[in-house]
Amino acid sequence: MSVENLVSFEDALASYDPVMGLEVHVELGTATKMFCGCSTAFGGEPNSQVCPTCLGLPGSLPVVNAVGVESAIKIGLALNCEIAEWCRFARKNYFYPDMPKNFQTSQYDEPIAFNGYLDVEVDGETFRVEIERAHMEEDTGKSSHIGGATGRIHGAEYSLVDYNRAGIPLIEIVTKPITGAGAKAPEVAKAYVAELRELIKALGVSEARMEMGQMRCDVNLSLRPLGQEKFGTRSETKNVNSLRSVERAARFEIQRHAAVLSEGGTIVQETRHFHEEDGSTTSGRIKEEAEDYRYFPEPDLVPIAPSREWVEELRAGLPELPRLRRRRLQQEWELSDKDMQAVLNAGAIDPILETVAAGAPADQARKWWMGELARRANESGTDLSAQPITPAQVARVCALVAEGSLNDKLARQVIEGVLNGEGEPDEVVAKRGLAVVSDDSALGTAVDEAIAANPGVADKIRDGKVAAAGALVGAVMKATRGQADAARVKELILERLGVQG
Amino acid sequence: MPGITREEVAHLARLSRLELKDEELDHFAEQLDVIIGAVARVSEVAGQDVPPTSHPLPLTNVMRADEVRPSLTPAEALSGAPAAEDQRFRVPQILGED
Repeated sequence: MSVENLVSFEDALASYDPVMGLEVHVELGTATKMFCGCSTAFGGEPNSQVCPTCLGLPGSLPVVNAVGVESAIKIGLALNCEIAEWCRFARKNYFYPDMPKNFQTSQYDEPIAFNGYLDVEVDGETFRVEIERAHMEEDTGKSSHIGGATGRIHGAEYSLVDYNRAGIPLIEIVTKPITGAGAKAPEVAKAYVAELRELIKALGVSEARMEMGQMRCDVNLSLRPLGQEKFGTRSETKNVNSLRSVERAARFEIQRHAAVLSEGGTIVQETRHFHEEDGSTTSGRIKEEAEDYRYFPEPDLVPIAPSREWVEELRAGLPELPRLRRRRLQQEWELSDKDMQAVLNAGAIDPILETVAAGAPADQARKWWMGELARRANESGTDLSAQPITPAQVARVCALVAEGSLNDKLARQVIEGVLNGEGEPDEVVAKRGLAVVSDDSALGTAVDEAIAANPGVADKIRDGKVAAAGALVGAVMKATRGQADAARVKELILERLGVQG
Repeated sequence: MPGITREEVAHLARLSRLELKDEELDHFAEQLDVIIGAVARVSEVAGQDVPPTSHPLPLTNVMRADEVRPSLTPAEALSGAPAAEDQRFRVPQILGED
């Protein structure tokens, strides 16, 4: 890896204006590939999900997946795009063994969706990212490079290819040049990809899990001197596959471009590889000119002409868009912008909603998911939704607290028990003997003992210092291993000492 | 009507990873030029009102349901491969040493 000269981000922004273009590939969650009936299931044995069509064998003919087209239209509509009345597929010709056909079936100058936008929020400010197009294409096979030092393509002696992934439906979503973001450019890039991911998930067309490669981002970036209209030469950083990486890649490229330009150098139009470990990029191949792909209309697939009735039907069926949904929930839950952002960042919206649907009040649901459970998810580096507890179980814990059977301390132990696989909340309560003790005769003894053991405190309370009762409540809680109903204990103490609460 | 130049043939050969000798470049440039010339004559006949034909049949929206159909077995899939290893297609070095 070569060491790049960088200037500080602040210095870069003092002289240059960043312009970005983001290309996102989304793998659709269809059961079958885009042009044949092979399964798209993940993790199959190598070359077990291939057929003559996706292997490009002579005489085979592709037929497009109806759900693939429908998903593309839904994505286009959700991105406020126009939907083509008539469009074709095109062959993108290139010589590389990840596609056995020697071309990728894609769309060229007739994308199915075009001219849209997606509004994203950065620090409470709305930023409109304009969408150039969204088009249908197919994924490539997976190569492993053998020989050479690091399993990389450079220095490899030969390569092995598994075509299970070749032909899986992809939607490529391309923004128009994003200008005017200034120092917020890296955050806008991240916010755009995050919002797009939420949108894709809400549409139900893909799980859009970046860590599984279901959503991949290319970050194109150039700088122009402040005040200059014309764009500079761009670099294309490929396969940036987490939200954090999108931000880091944009930031790194801004700093690198500025270093090259400020020394009077020129930026080479090339692809760059992103490195997760240190957030840097290194030079890849020099970009081939567009005409080298020799696009031409795919003769084996007939044009797609979505009827306006179909498009309107799909539009009518669109779910509430994530941004509007968040705004509505924020109002319903009466949260500040900051608290709502925290809920969003923790991935807690859906767990909270499901817990509310299971009967819990929203504030209680939020308290557990954002407190105990978010902390555990964070510690173990896992998703909140992946914790071994269901929203229904959290709702049951809330109900037990509401009816007074549990206090917060005991509730935490119940949640711990559920996470440990000890069963449903009620089973954990029974097995661990965690019910709150509010029975006066059982508590009375503990209260009497606490008063007897702390005569000084008791005197203060008799003198009217009601706040001092906290110390005695604490003693009772300790004696009952946290299982006493604290409110009832306080009442009993004041009663015994003849003081009004 | 311009045809195809020798340089363009060399460029196409490079994109297709075909190694052509000088005399082959001359030969193919001449042949392809004739073919392109023949196709160009058709374009001369077609008026502005005739759009280029990409599909001979007036069909649109031929789609299939998203239902899984049987794939080949890995052995069948690899049966035509010149080389295979670890149940994968083995292909020659992709990038040169440079």
